[in-house]
Amino acid sequence: MKIAEDNPSTLSALDRPNSYIGRSVPRPNMGRLLQGRAQYVSDVTLPRMAHVAFVRSPHAHARISSMDGALAKKAPGVIAVVTGAELAEVITPWVGVLTHLKGLKSAPQHAIAVERACWAGEAVCAVVARTRAEAEDACELVQVDYEELPAVTDPETALDSGTRVIHPEIGDNLCFERVHIAGDPDQGFKNADAVVEHTFVFGRHTGVCNEPRAIVADWNPGEARMTVYQGTQAPHMMQNLFAKHLELAEHQVRVVTKDVGGSFGIKVHTYADEMATVALSKLLKRPVKFVADRIESFVTDIHARDHRIHAKIGVKNDGTITAWEIDDLTGIGPYSVYPRTSGIEANQVVNLTGGPYTCGNYRARARVVFQNKNVMCQYRAVGHPIATAVTEGLIEMAAVKIGMDPLEIRRRNLIADDAHPSQGPSGIKFEALSHHSSLAHLDSMMNYAGLRAEQEKLRKQGIYRGIGFAQFIEVTNPSAAFYGVGGAKISAQDGATVRLDATGAIFCHTGVSEQGQGAEAVIAQCVATSFGVPMDRVRVIMGDTDNTPYGGGTWASRAAGIGGEAAWQAGKALRQNVLAVAGSILQAKPETMDIRNGVVVDLDTGKERIGLDEVARIAYFRPDTLPPGFQAELMATRHYVPRAWAFAFTNGIQASYLEVDTDSGFVKLLKHWCVEDCGTVINPQLVDEQIRGGIVQGIGAALFEQCLYDSRGQMLNGNMADYLVPMAMEMPDMECGHVVTPTADSELGAKGAGEAGTAGAPGAVMNAINDALRPLGAKPLTDMPFTPDKVLRALGKI
Amino acid sequence: MKPAPFAYAKARSLDHAIELLARPDGEARLLAGGQSLMATLNMRLSAPKLLIDLNGVKGLDGIAAKDGAVEIGAMVRHVQAERSADIARYAPLIALALPHIGHAAIRNRGTLGGSIAFADPAAELPACLLALGGELDIAGHKGKRTVKADDFFKGLFETALGPNDVLTAIRIPAATTETRVGFAEFARRHGDYAIAGLAACAKASGAGLSDVRLAYFGVGNTPIRAKNAEAALAGGDIEGAVKALGGDLDPQDDVQSTGAAKKHLAGVLLRRVAKQLMEARP
Repeated sequence: MKIAEDNPSTLSALDRPNSYIGRSVPRPNMGRLLQGRAQYVSDVTLPRMAHVAFVRSPHAHARISSMDGALAKKAPGVIAVVTGAELAEVITPWVGVLTHLKGLKSAPQHAIAVERACWAGEAVCAVVARTRAEAEDACELVQVDYEELPAVTDPETALDSGTRVIHPEIGDNLCFERVHIAGDPDQGFKNADAVVEHTFVFGRHTGVCNEPRAIVADWNPGEARMTVYQGTQAPHMMQNLFAKHLELAEHQVRVVTKDVGGSFGIKVHTYADEMATVALSKLLKRPVKFVADRIESFVTDIHARDHRIHAKIGVKNDGTITAWEIDDLTGIGPYSVYPRTSGIEANQVVNLTGGPYTCGNYRARARVVFQNKNVMCQYRAVGHPIATAVTEGLIEMAAVKIGMDPLEIRRRNLIADDAHPSQGPSGIKFEALSHHSSLAHLDSMMNYAGLRAEQEKLRKQGIYRGIGFAQFIEVTNPSAAFYGVGGAKISAQDGATVRLDATGAIFCHTGVSEQGQGAEAVIAQCVATSFGVPMDRVRVIMGDTDNTPYGGGTWASRAAGIGGEAAWQAGKALRQNVLAVAGSILQAKPETMDIRNGVVVDLDTGKERIGLDEVARIAYFRPDTLPPGFQAELMATRHYVPRAWAFAFTNGIQASYLEVDTDSGFVKLLKHWCVEDCGTVINPQLVDEQIRGGIVQGIGAALFEQCLYDSRGQMLNGNMADYLVPMAMEMPDMECGHVVTPTADSELGAKGAGEAGTAGAPGAVMNAINDALRPLGAKPLTDMPFTPDKVLRALGKI
Repeated sequence: MKPAPFAYAKARSLDHAIELLARPDGEARLLAGGQSLMATLNMRLSAPKLLIDLNGVKGLDGIAAKDGAVEIGAMVRHVQAERSADIARYAPLIALALPHIGHAAIRNRGTLGGSIAFADPAAELPACLLALGGELDIAGHKGKRTVKADDFFKGLFETALGPNDVLTAIRIPAATTETRVGFAEFARRHGDYAIAGLAACAKASGAGLSDVRLAYFGVGNTPIRAKNAEAALAGGDIEGAVKALGGDLDPQDDVQSTGAAKKHLAGVLLRRVAKQLMEARP
């Protein structure tokens, strides 16, 4: 195995012989993926498997007056035509609330709409047939009469008395409201020499996965068990939910997750059509497959963002920030998504705004309102890009107002690197952050002074370039504080089981899952290092609720920090067990030995004592030769959950350098930098890939992506030609740097890195555009995405 | 995203394709490169009863420079034209436009004839054909005919092609030392359909230009000649030409851009393309 890039960890605790921590080890699953031998759900074919397609509501809000499936039932290949009412006999509805988000409310959602469709794209009828094509043909034959109802499509008027209430039984269109006041914001604004106030708008967008959502459900009446093959981030969470709503015991459900073609938070929610597929399998007693096509993905995969924030900052002439204020309004779908709710993103915005800075005078309000649009929930870097862009946008506008350099104003307000533990204005707690070192690293990495000089020179030639920054914090390694305390059965802990096989190789079973981000590699690195074998003697087993320790899966950047620590500890425990066996074979004290590179060695001299294959041979095949009463234990399990801190916050700073064509309004990205601190870096290449991929998604938000809806609730650009995902040609070169502040909550010290890129990029690009256009007197652009149209309008050209 | 059921026939010859088109059993569509058609079928935006595959028909994929013209067979693929020395030499406007069309995978399959017959108003090639004053060879059950590009594009996705017609080739005047061409477009991402684009052709005439033909795309229901601007530009007045666009174009809002931005961008394109036209040919 070739090691592409070495960046040994500075941490001696992890610096074991044959350590893989801090090394860019190639992914063990690379061969499988690159040779086309991966197994995605789309590849799963079972005997008697049927395919389901859904008739979806063309209206944003409509009563289903009548439905007639008679013609469809007679169509070639059709096995069943099932309405919402019929399916409701098999699967119970759900309500997406969490008790710790006080007052959050929603209405029961069915797998298939029963009497009323609440967004354009909601399934109203299922057609099961021998093939997907036959199912789609028959869908066209289902006669549905709709009585169109007024659609709620403008968050600004959703709470007005004249606006129709989508679910009259819950009283109004308010899903969730949070008000938070800290310090003395009024006094803070009074003390300010300058107050900057602005409205920021974040477009609704979605995570476009290479592999769409896909599921095969296989109800076996013979053993009364449901096996579900699903591209999901959280197999155990889904096991719980399938069991609960099919009214089965949890052990009657097995969720198997093989390869997953990208998730980005899209595949960690309960989708009505996936619940329907599972219910259909139970109803029809045969395997049923559903693979969302791209068109239905756009109107059913969760959307995210869509925030409008009025925001205000007070600042003194010396740069001291005196107060913050935000008022966030976000329009979600007609239901709060189950089980993580649609209130989390707004809640995060309140939590994270102002987070890197010392000013504690803060007033925030967030309101989440129901809309007759596709459902909204958590997508990569939940709330972060919004809070970061608002905070960083305000700071750069304030810097301009008082005539201070944008890095200098940050230096004067960032929480000092030696002032931790500390907390943010919302009360969130930080164990240890490195804002100042990260900023200093970025400053030198990008040659800030040199770029400013170049910018100045080019302006004289009529070339308008901009430099923008975004300091950010990132929520990773969540404890039970995220969901468990709110009553959702989503595990915060994770486990790993390591087993020595009969030849001296090890199997590691883990509760975290692989989505394409490289979790499999990271788990293998951790366990190979702590146990003491080469990487090629580690096999990682994930994504099977029958065969892995109970765990949370992959979300909120937890796989490496939590799953990695569990694997690290399990490897250590197995090492002790194996050394006990070796000790009894060699008549030596186990504590005088170690396992290095697959061999039991003398701890002090490193001299070889016995091979693992020999230990395994004796333990498994000749246990009779071991001393009486000695039992070899060649499997060890350890669990880990962060306890000392609710979240392992990471931090970092990004910078964008770009050029605006002031004739056309087009923005050309020239370069992007990110310095971040995710604690111990287990695999530098995978971390940098996470950062770069995240930056690209953040740039998507800033310049390209938006789910456009008309006033009747129709999505206007739900296809890959009109919904613009960021593509390679428009992306800048991205340079990553690291500062390492490990968390003391785990031995590994690793925090997450999956959200950092997405958290900072939109704010950095926004600030760079405004920096470029400032000499032209353009009004600051704060309404993402920044299309050429909006740039031209800001310049007064149209 | 599965197409509605359709029948498929592989045409053995041009006459066979025309014969299949003429069958009275419902709507038939010609399949060339399939880069637009297959997507519309899969999205069930169209559901023809019969697809007639032209990919086996011989004699439609040649590029030939003769008698002061370049003839390009309708089944010539974008990639083939991109690599053709004759196109580079005699049809430099098309050579300029080709790299902007979709992505490599699309250009490997897509055909010039398919793009022109489909007549997407935001596509590059229809505008190029119009700017070059080209003509189109059409075969139908009543025989063959030739239509000028100026008379070909009738409306949104509507052309002079009848339901039983096959576009067989396009012909454009071969570039000479006097020929000047220019091309520019604004697309949100490389390879996207343009928000606005301009294909232009002119003759060098002393220090100025004559026979200026400006064909815009992405700003109306068809590629559009900006005739007022052409006249102004022939008089050497670039800013006058930009002003004259007001009478030539009336772009509407679409999902990527407002009409106002398109109109503004049309002027930016004109300044940039005029500069290309006025530069000496290397």
